[in-house]
Amino acid sequence: MSSKSQKILTTDGIPLEESLKKAERKNKIKAFLLVAPLLLFLIITYVFPIGDMLFRSVDDRMVTNMLPKTFKAMEEWDGKELPEEEVFAAFYLDYKKLVEEKTFGKLATQLNFEKNGFKSILKKLKRKMKKFEEGNYKEQIMGVHKRWANVEYWRALKRRTPSYSYSKYLKGVDMYENEDGKIVQVPEDRRVHKILWVRTIEVAFFVTVLCFLMAYPIAHLLATLPMKYSNLLMICVLLPFWTSLLVRTASWMILLQQQGIVNDFFVWVGLVTDDNRPEMMYNKTGTYVAMTQILLPFMVLPLYSVMKTISPSLMRAGKSLGGTPFVAFWKVYFPLTIPGIGAGCLLVFILAIGYYITPALVGGASGTLISNQIAYHMKSTLDWSFASAMGLMLLTGVLAIYWIYNKLVGVDNIKLG
Amino acid sequence: MALPKYTEPHYRIWHYFYLTICAFVFFFLIAPLFVIFPLSFNAEEFLVFSDGMKRLDPDAFSLRWYQDMVYGTKNPWGLAAKNSFIIAIFATLGSVLLGTVAALGLSSRHMPYKGIIMATLISPMIVPLIISGVAIFFFMAKVGLAATHTGIILAHIILGTPFVVITVTATLSGFDHSVTRAASSLGSDPVNTFMKITLPLILPGVISGGLFAFVTSFDEVVVVLFLAGLDNTTIPVQMWTGLREQLSPTILAVATCLIVLSTLILVTAELLRRRSERIRGINRQT
Repeated sequence: MSSKSQKILTTDGIPLEESLKKAERKNKIKAFLLVAPLLLFLIITYVFPIGDMLFRSVDDRMVTNMLPKTFKAMEEWDGKELPEEEVFAAFYLDYKKLVEEKTFGKLATQLNFEKNGFKSILKKLKRKMKKFEEGNYKEQIMGVHKRWANVEYWRALKRRTPSYSYSKYLKGVDMYENEDGKIVQVPEDRRVHKILWVRTIEVAFFVTVLCFLMAYPIAHLLATLPMKYSNLLMICVLLPFWTSLLVRTASWMILLQQQGIVNDFFVWVGLVTDDNRPEMMYNKTGTYVAMTQILLPFMVLPLYSVMKTISPSLMRAGKSLGGTPFVAFWKVYFPLTIPGIGAGCLLVFILAIGYYITPALVGGASGTLISNQIAYHMKSTLDWSFASAMGLMLLTGVLAIYWIYNKLVGVDNIKLG
Repeated sequence: MALPKYTEPHYRIWHYFYLTICAFVFFFLIAPLFVIFPLSFNAEEFLVFSDGMKRLDPDAFSLRWYQDMVYGTKNPWGLAAKNSFIIAIFATLGSVLLGTVAALGLSSRHMPYKGIIMATLISPMIVPLIISGVAIFFFMAKVGLAATHTGIILAHIILGTPFVVITVTATLSGFDHSVTRAASSLGSDPVNTFMKITLPLILPGVISGGLFAFVTSFDEVVVVLFLAGLDNTTIPVQMWTGLREQLSPTILAVATCLIVLSTLILVTAELLRRRSERIRGINRQT
């Protein structure tokens, strides 16, 4: 058979191979066109904005653009002693322009992130500046407030020279670049973020473990009971699943309050005395209890759908071959449920690590998580670049978990009940 | 689940221990929801069971919080409910439309780069909500859609489509493609085939995906908190504000209504799931 002449042709004279390829390509394009609208929509409204977060988290051009002359004058300055007159003069000119444009407030906010106390001295400078005379700005500015004569503040200003910086990421793990350009930890009493990261991981981990311990028996029961009973019991799982998160959080707030039913019950059984009711809300206990109940269905459903497929005859075979029920369970049943355990734990852990609403309502000060910090910076301090940096650090963590899970268990389609 | 007679005593004990644990977990799951019902009929202003309620005194119960919910002065719930429904309905329509079409493409065996595209499409479900909220807020602020209904609807379409994509692709995975080929060979054009053959078969999946999208939108608070202005407040946002500030029994009346709504959704979803399984010929072992 020589391949040159023996090509099979279709009725219109085109080689079959080519014709097939053409049809395949057409099908590919057709399939892609169906996906295209959603893909395009998500890329524009979702994927790019997440990229934008990355940009915002390192973007530091705002300050650079506001103080162009100052930063140019500062290039020569070594940062050891107070800068020369020309730096002060340049700063005066830049700041005067900002005051005229009424944008100095933004600068004050930005510099205050860098060093506390900047805002007030900038405001004071603005008031006193009107009476400034020409020349010798160093003396005049230093005369406004003693902090202007403190070299620390000028060093803080110099640190904002580059247009891009990773300082927000360092701040997210309680570190900063000190005057010598070394990366060091902030003083012990100000390490707030590290505590939050550790607490977030701790809460997510224990909530996952609690969910697993509670979900495994009931998923097993649901999978082995006859249909008519299991359907009824399934409502207990599905009703909370479909009920508004805020409704469930509200019910925990009622249950856990000091005069609430749980405390009433403790008093009634004599666990605590009436005037010594424990505080169960606005702390970590509240966060744990409420989050476990809220996330439990996400563990039960994947476990149930896996257990449903395990034939009961396998356990019987295990037992008939001489295993005790416990051995049969541990050696036969449990390994078969691992994909369900993996899916459930992944789902619960990822949901828990980014939880916001419930910790904010029942968590109090000691029960808040990293998401609360992100929301706080988004809405209260308006330090959006810091919020972006923290968000991306969290996202990296989540994606890493997802990746590890994919390597270990493989992402098969997560079932939704 | 009855144990056979020959069961040894310690396994018997173990079995009852296991059932007790299960009972406790089921109680833990469902009981918190039932606290809300009686308290929403409380005649008093406190969120605890009054002595009258414990004695089942009819005077201790009243509908005043329901009245307050509907007719109260300066009442935010009417506007919130209206907004919630408008946003959820449009978001559901958008998600179902985009999601179903995309799922049809994804289920085709000719689809190139299936893995990465699927990952992108369901990413809003995997990424923590707070991060999605921040990203979507930046986008909406940039294009001037922050604090508008349109912005919130678009945001909820982003969050809702993954559910539609997943449920519809799951339905399509058991789909017998020879029926559409049969339709084409009988002279039906692709649109007609889709409307008359494919759609009725995948409809349960589409509707249950739509239900997920509806609930996601109706219950969503994190993104709305970032995006909403005063005119766009929704029921969850109003509840959030209420729970943070003045915890009044009116919230419980609203919560009761929401539980009734979720019960209806649960029943619908469950019926649809069974219908879908029947249509696709999947027999569940009993």
